Amino acid sequence: MKKKKIPQPPSWATKFLQWYCRPELLEDLQGDLNEFFERNVNTKGAFIARLIYIIDVFKFLRPYTVRKPSLHKPLIRKVMLANYIKTSGRVIMRSKLFSGINIVGLAISMSVGLLVIAFVSDLYSYDSELKNKDRIFRIATLDEHAGQPNMELASTSWKAGILIKQKVPGIEAMTILRREFRGDAKIGEATVPVTGLYANEDFFDVFSFPLLKGVATTALKEPHSLVLTETTAKKLFGSQDVMGKIVKFDTINYVVTGLMKDLPKLSHINFEMLVSLSSIDITKPEADGEYLSWTNIYSNYVYMLLSKNTDPRSVTAALGKMSNEENTSPKNRKILLSLQSIKRIAIGTPKANEIGPVMDSIAVIIMAALAFVIILSACFNYTNLSIARSLRRSREVGIRKVIGARRSQVIGQFIAESVIISLCALFFAFCIFLLLRVQFLSFDPEIEKIFSLDPSPKLILYFVLLAIVVGTIAGFLPALFYSKINAVQVLKDASSMKVFRHISLRKALIVIQYTLSLIFITATIIGYNQYKSFLRFDLGFTTQNVLNINMQGNKDDVFVKELSAIPAVKDISKSLIVSSVGSIYGGMMKYKDPMDSAMVDLNYIDDHYLPMHNYKFLAGRNFTPKPKDAPETEVVVNYEMIRRFNIGHNNPEKAIGEMVSIDNKKMMIIGVLKDFHYGTIENKIDPVAFKYSPEPYGYINVKVVSTNMPAVLTSIETIWKKIDKVHALDAKFYDDQIVKAYGQFSVMLKVIGFFAFLAICISSLGMFGMVIYTMEKRLKEISIRKVLGAGEGALVYLLSKGFLILLFIAALIALPLTWLFFDKLVLVKFAYHQPIQFGEVFIGLLIVAAIAFLMIGIQTLKIVRANPANVLKNE
Amino acid sequence: MKGTHLGEFEELVLLTIASLVNDAYSVAICDELGKHAKRSVKLGVVHAVLNRLEEKGLVKSELGEATATRGGKRKRFYFLTGAGKASLIRAKQLRDELWQKIPNLILKPR
Repeated sequence: MKKKKIPQPPSWATKFLQWYCRPELLEDLQGDLNEFFERNVNTKGAFIARLIYIIDVFKFLRPYTVRKPSLHKPLIRKVMLANYIKTSGRVIMRSKLFSGINIVGLAISMSVGLLVIAFVSDLYSYDSELKNKDRIFRIATLDEHAGQPNMELASTSWKAGILIKQKVPGIEAMTILRREFRGDAKIGEATVPVTGLYANEDFFDVFSFPLLKGVATTALKEPHSLVLTETTAKKLFGSQDVMGKIVKFDTINYVVTGLMKDLPKLSHINFEMLVSLSSIDITKPEADGEYLSWTNIYSNYVYMLLSKNTDPRSVTAALGKMSNEENTSPKNRKILLSLQSIKRIAIGTPKANEIGPVMDSIAVIIMAALAFVIILSACFNYTNLSIARSLRRSREVGIRKVIGARRSQVIGQFIAESVIISLCALFFAFCIFLLLRVQFLSFDPEIEKIFSLDPSPKLILYFVLLAIVVGTIAGFLPALFYSKINAVQVLKDASSMKVFRHISLRKALIVIQYTLSLIFITATIIGYNQYKSFLRFDLGFTTQNVLNINMQGNKDDVFVKELSAIPAVKDISKSLIVSSVGSIYGGMMKYKDPMDSAMVDLNYIDDHYLPMHNYKFLAGRNFTPKPKDAPETEVVVNYEMIRRFNIGHNNPEKAIGEMVSIDNKKMMIIGVLKDFHYGTIENKIDPVAFKYSPEPYGYINVKVVSTNMPAVLTSIETIWKKIDKVHALDAKFYDDQIVKAYGQFSVMLKVIGFFAFLAICISSLGMFGMVIYTMEKRLKEISIRKVLGAGEGALVYLLSKGFLILLFIAALIALPLTWLFFDKLVLVKFAYHQPIQFGEVFIGLLIVAAIAFLMIGIQTLKIVRANPANVLKNE
Repeated sequence: MKGTHLGEFEELVLLTIASLVNDAYSVAICDELGKHAKRSVKLGVVHAVLNRLEEKGLVKSELGEATATRGGKRKRFYFLTGAGKASLIRAKQLRDELWQKIPNLILKPR
């Protein structure tokens, strides 16, 4: 017999009514609505009736029908919360393995989360001690030079500062800073090297750094005034009063006119002292041109404090207008100014000539995303294991429901449980964090300068919040799952429940985890191989056993003479800079065509340099020694230079004797070198020219061959002490300098490697838990199989097959993805790199598979070896 | 003061409750009013008024027996309280007094 379907009112509307309506009014209201609904069904049809029902439900939403938002039965809540905590504690204690896996997994993943939180919190607290932080802006410069890539600079021209003061309205205060005040401070007999920034008298109007002594408005007004920080004052004068004291740099006396508190560590500007900008004699020539030239944009910084009601956009517009007026004179070059909020400096896109540390916001986002993925992965584990245990726990939930637990209370209980586990994990995560913090800060001295990562109370509050969020996310799915359990069905026959309905979801989760692990570990391995190949890379010259000593402005003749007396020193050469480690010294070069000029890389060297480093000549000869005051007439270039300018039709032999001009000086090519790497391997080989100088005042390169290096270094240091009593010896082996030049990659590798380790830990834990619970479920099946005569090998194969397939799928996704990522995105950034080896892609898979095999194997063997009689007996 | 004044619609609802005696629940009141006043009366309005009257203490209510109709929900029946009766009588008296003051000829049709 077919049952006639009676039209029902829409259930969601009823639910909505139940949700908002006061309980004492609910029954009557619902009844009335039902009565009208039935009536309307008969007279107007089901559709209209439903519509009217919905409208009526909304019409009943009146102040007197709405449930008051009060703490619903606070006493019961309190009791229930205590109960949740108590039962959660019992559950955690009862299933130690389950809780252990979860706590360890969450702790490991959360420790990274903590690190990232500390990291980001540090970045956001940069310059937070400044007043009016919202209104402080810096002038950023965009340099558009025809024929060269655009350059974004943090610095700007001095002239821009002066013009802005005259032409741009709405500025409360503005200060011009200039970098690189360096010198040896002479106080009486003592000499102490210090560095500082030039600043004009308005500095303290823009930046609210407190002055302990001196007058903020006038301290930096007079030429040759100094404002010292407390630390510098102590370094120079000990505990004496510093005001009015004289400090001598070279031949000029400077007067201390102010003492300021030490700068906070998290400040994007940092200096030992401030020197009044008026100390600079602007009539003298400067290295980059005139001081007040519009195009001299490399050393000055302009900061301004906008007036309270100034719209930054109006200032930007005024700056644009001003730039256009100035840009008329240099034809092929445009310099555009823009505003940059001080809040966007420490975390943002790094520009050239930054005044202080800058963290790339993309790097931060990537870090945060990785941490998020790792944490989510650990949450998956929790979800996975919780649902896998449903056979045991569903009975408990059934009884709770029979006693009268509402759905919300079951959810509450499970969320409470996961939050408690997550808080336990937080404790361990915090311990790991403290260890990681030390590790992380020692990765690189730069990092230690940028970050403090101090666990402040605010940070700890964030940590606890993270733990609660993680707990809630992890417990959400299990809570939902258990709250839906039908009590009657569970209590009647627990095994009838479709526990493994979610099996495909859980398999998907495991595949995702393994995919991540594989991506991370493969990336680490490929990255490591590439990094090693950078260090081993044939640069085109030898660097072995070469010690580069920074002369720090000292004359080198005495030093060289004494050095050559050391038996271990085989050869000595001189150069202005050390190439192949990232530093570049450039000049403009022209050949025959006066319109074709290009930036080329330069270095000043003496006649020993090229042979000592084994540069290969294609044609021509090395420099010959010349007296100090002889004019520069000769140049040795690389092959790329000849190719670039088409000198002698690309024939090195014919290029010899050709005249070129470098920085408007005529020179003759006397030698052509085989191409070598002047820059790092990221860059293509550029044209390079070597010029001769008997005293380049840069570095002394010493070839040392000795079995006892420390002793040689000590003797070099003794000699150094004789010529420079103030500065410490700055000597580094060339090979170490190259390692340092690629230091960022090493840091990056360590970070990714660490993530790989975490991902593998977490996915292994997840897999481990899954294996254990699956085995328990199939215990009886295995025993029966065994009784019927299945062999151990066959059983292990049967049991582990499913898991290994998951691993295989993960590998199918992860490996091609990583390959493509490196091949198409990462390695194209390096002009010279090794191709990815086929083998290195699979090493990661091997490691991960080995761990998985071990885990699955041990567990399955344990189960398979169990005596079937013992299992089957306990029916 | 709240509770002394009786609005026009409130008076009608009170009267309907009185007239329905033991059968006064929301839908019945609604129907009855619709029949006599010849205007469409919305259930929501009736509910609001009933709620207000109860707050004023003019009516009291109790839940009836469960029935098969109305989706198994019980009806809430309303009864006049002493104060309710008193206020109805007062309203009627007021009208009567005013009626008597009207001279006969005014209402005669011309």
